[in-house]
Amino acid sequence: MTAILQYAVQGLAAGSFYALAALGLAVIFGVLGVVNFAHGAFYMLGAVTAAVLLDTLGLTLWWSLLAVPVLMFAFGVVVERLLVQWLLRLDPLYNLLLTFGLTLVLVELVKQRYGVSGLPYRLPAGLQGRVDLAGVVLPRYQLFVLLFSVLICALVWLVMTRSRIGMIVRAATEKPDLARALGINVGRWVTPVFGFGVALAGLAGALAAPFRAITADMGSNFAIILFAVVVIGGLGSIVGAVVAGFLVGLVEAFGQAYAPTFAQILIFVLMALVILVRPAGLFGRQEATA
Amino acid sequence: MESKRMRAGASALTMALLLSACAGAGPGGGGGAFTDDKLVLAVLNDQSGIYKDASGPNTVKAVRMAVADYQQKYGDKAVVTKIEVTSTDHQNKPDIANTKASELYERGGADVILDVPTSSAALAVANQAKNHKRLFLDVSAATTALTGAQCNKYTFQWAYNTYLLANGTGKTVTQNGGRKWTIIYPDYEFGQNMTKSFTEAITKAGGTVQESIPTPFPNENFATFLTKAGSSAPDVIGTMHAGGDLINLVKQFNESGLKDDGVELAVGLMLINDIHSLGVEQFAGTLFTDPWYWNMDAEARAWADRFLAETGTRPSFEHAGNYSAALQYLEAVQAAGTDDADAVIAKLEGKKVNDVFLRNGEIRAQDHSVVHDANLARVKKPGDVKEDWDYEEIVTKIPAAEGFPPAEASGCAMTS
Repeated sequence: MTAILQYAVQGLAAGSFYALAALGLAVIFGVLGVVNFAHGAFYMLGAVTAAVLLDTLGLTLWWSLLAVPVLMFAFGVVVERLLVQWLLRLDPLYNLLLTFGLTLVLVELVKQRYGVSGLPYRLPAGLQGRVDLAGVVLPRYQLFVLLFSVLICALVWLVMTRSRIGMIVRAATEKPDLARALGINVGRWVTPVFGFGVALAGLAGALAAPFRAITADMGSNFAIILFAVVVIGGLGSIVGAVVAGFLVGLVEAFGQAYAPTFAQILIFVLMALVILVRPAGLFGRQEATA
Repeated sequence: MESKRMRAGASALTMALLLSACAGAGPGGGGGAFTDDKLVLAVLNDQSGIYKDASGPNTVKAVRMAVADYQQKYGDKAVVTKIEVTSTDHQNKPDIANTKASELYERGGADVILDVPTSSAALAVANQAKNHKRLFLDVSAATTALTGAQCNKYTFQWAYNTYLLANGTGKTVTQNGGRKWTIIYPDYEFGQNMTKSFTEAITKAGGTVQESIPTPFPNENFATFLTKAGSSAPDVIGTMHAGGDLINLVKQFNESGLKDDGVELAVGLMLINDIHSLGVEQFAGTLFTDPWYWNMDAEARAWADRFLAETGTRPSFEHAGNYSAALQYLEAVQAAGTDDADAVIAKLEGKKVNDVFLRNGEIRAQDHSVVHDANLARVKKPGDVKEDWDYEEIVTKIPAAEGFPPAEASGCAMTS
């Protein structure tokens, strides 16, 4: 029983990264209609930035959790203004290619600058060690990652449902044409939303820095699973991205525990099953077919 | 919106397919036997992925150093003046390695292929070497199959194999009291072969392997694998991962607190670059087998200084191994007076060698395993590190006869 609880928490902790990053991906797709292939690279940049901040300025994880999203937001805004915006009117394929190309460039740049072996990182002392919760022993950091991500997801959800900005973003996500028709200036929100999505990916990266290898390639495998998450949750669905993120984390953990050889395949089996039963994903709207 | 979504989804799929199929451009050039007054040494390795720092582009520089040393030594007496060193990326994929090796032998005029990390890729190249009757000196791949079940006349294994790692690390740690083992390994040729070698060595030393857990390769999240490995209360968790996967695993092991339960971590294969990238404090005290360490004696250090001037970093054992392989190949060509593979092999087989990398080295004729003295090393504590890259303390020497399996036991039936 304790083993099952342990696996569950580990799965949810791993799912936290997927949830945070997928949330960013979903918001970007919703408002811009861009399938952001560079999301894995942004996640990687978040981790690399955290490592560099620690190495050069001595900023610990606590500061990085604040600084990295801010920096990545700024970076996202620059990318959107310089590159993405020019292709928004065209077929989505163009931005797909653009963001894919951007991934290659970012990954190579990091490789050139920092090599492929990875960067060192240290956890602040307060997050090391383990906690014993009624017999279930868990690494303190995993628990922290889980709680922190849930907090961020809840905050985002509050902003989305309770604030005017959130209403506009949701309206623009779900029915962009209708939102425009009602006089909402959707275009105004495009740049900050892109930056926000990138910031979330960066935040996931910073959270991953203490217990994942910080290398230029760390985003590539992550991105593949991320797309499975978004497809399972429903492309563009904000709730779906979060729920599917944690779900995939759980599937991964229990897969690793009980069928290690199939751990990664299971995620894609789940994806295939979801597509078969609900082609639009768990929380995607079933579009009426003419 | 519907069609936009459909298109976006479809294009995402297409991109994913394209991604998996993309490969770099092949090398140009035609012909090129010794009759062309040209010798081509082709380095085939990971130029961009997880093993780039361990061998990669700096291996090409090490091979160039060997060529320069050869030319300096023989000057006008060199039997060949034009020597080319080429570099090709195999991306650690067996299928790409297979195609590239074939191209290198057929169109690149390669007389010898060097390096080739990733065991599954190396086995593919060995097969091409056999088909083309050209030389393949493998340095960075570890599977014993290269000099065992799948050995052939044209393939040599220069630096190490899983048997050496297992008999160095596995045996020593077991004898030091780590009797109950759980092994976590990446589920491909190297990991499977390592697990087999370690299990044999541990059992022989009086220990037991309670469980062997396969993981996907590559993989980032090891948390659950570690919990599972720890649940059988082993003395030692042995990891057979390498490169980025190893770093992921060690980070998550340190964080899991298994250390506080008295569980030790033993690392099957570790390179100095892994210690460099993760930092000494994460690895401090870890025992591992190192076929060669840059600061192990004056001769190694002198070469490492040259390498540092050339590349800006200290060499891994794979860099030194490639230098040695290239140098001994050139010496054999010089002795044979031709680049004809069979003539060169006749000069290599049975030769006893001492150079920067090989100590008490012998190029065994029976199975083409190059055996030599290796080291059991321990990662230093942060306070003991005196200079950059000063990470290892040599605990004991592993004599060639103990580190490598006897030729009769290799299972190699040399054909062709």
